Amino acid sequence: MTTKRSPEPFAWLLFSSGGMAAAMLIPVLLLLFGIVFPLGWLSAPSHDRLAAVLTHPVTLLVLFGLCVLALFHWAHRFRYTLYDGLQLRKAAPVIAVLCYGGAAVGSVIAAFVLIRAL
Amino acid sequence: MSETDDKHAVPDMPDTTGTITMEVARFRPDRESEPSWDSYDVPLRKEWAVLDGLNHIKDQLDGTLSYRWSCRMGICGSCGMTVNGEPKLTCSTFLTDYAPGPVRVEPLANFPVIRDLVVDIEDFMAKLPTVKPWLVSGDEEPAEDSEYRQTPAEMDDYRRYSMCINCMLCYSACPVYALDPDFIGPAAIALAQRYNLDSRDEGNEDRRDVLASAEGVWACTFVGECSVACPKDVDPAGAIQRYKLTAATQAVKDLLLPRGAR
Repeated sequence: MTTKRSPEPFAWLLFSSGGMAAAMLIPVLLLLFGIVFPLGWLSAPSHDRLAAVLTHPVTLLVLFGLCVLALFHWAHRFRYTLYDGLQLRKAAPVIAVLCYGGAAVGSVIAAFVLIRAL
Repeated sequence: MSETDDKHAVPDMPDTTGTITMEVARFRPDRESEPSWDSYDVPLRKEWAVLDGLNHIKDQLDGTLSYRWSCRMGICGSCGMTVNGEPKLTCSTFLTDYAPGPVRVEPLANFPVIRDLVVDIEDFMAKLPTVKPWLVSGDEEPAEDSEYRQTPAEMDDYRRYSMCINCMLCYSACPVYALDPDFIGPAAIALAQRYNLDSRDEGNEDRRDVLASAEGVWACTFVGECSVACPKDVDPAGAIQRYKLTAATQAVKDLLLPRGAR
């Protein structure tokens, strides 16, 4: 039995904080912009006001954090889905690189998109 | 039926006067290379557990059947078997719950079968001591007449994990253990936490290398079947999740803080 320290805790911290952030923020955003505003239960903010909120550096930072954490949450979960669900443990290093690499690329794209909104 | 009988009758209880068929997995390595099935009809009585059915078979029908049991009261952890596909303590799993039957009894999954319903538990026995499931005390020996006092709140921190009876139903239920036999497994980690969270224990650091390894808590993907299977409500999945947070916090500290400040 090996007792080598594993890099897993860092992947798991990103995974669990991503799950937490996504669970707390995404349903609220979906509820507001997908149901509440379209059905007129609350009056929707004007375009100018929403644009002002969205281009505020703090909003961009929060959205960037949400994107990065949610992407790494996906990467970790998808990695284990491939490992255990599809029994691809032999390809573990390749899968890890693809999943976390994909999340890293996604994070860069998110940063690019958000910076353009400034 | 008299009035008294009526009052004591249990509603919705299936007929307890007939018989139920038990389909029992047999494996006799001296005679056969593959497991097979034998069917036995046993009395269906409302107070009979699956283990009582097996004892009836052994005593009355077929003395060659092999299985482990001891206490018949859910504390020795010997009689774990797979009943209708689920890991169960056969002494606290009742035949009437499976009426009209048949009831399929197999050895615990994820363990090599020695004979019939007896499995080889050597893997668990080898892993268990690696997490030091005992009170580890510091260098200082307590005075002869001293006591280790503990408040009820301190006891509550680990009490649940101390209920483990090493029945290994959680290993049988764990899909990760099925895929990765090196995984230390639910019960061993829950038992490690039973001592880690004990105010009298100082072995946290000693257990860390094993618990925080790739074969320790990090092998677990939080499927949660261990906690479903546990007959003593130990919640090994919860114990593992708690240790993940402990191990992750420690890993971040190791990375960021100088050695002295950890």
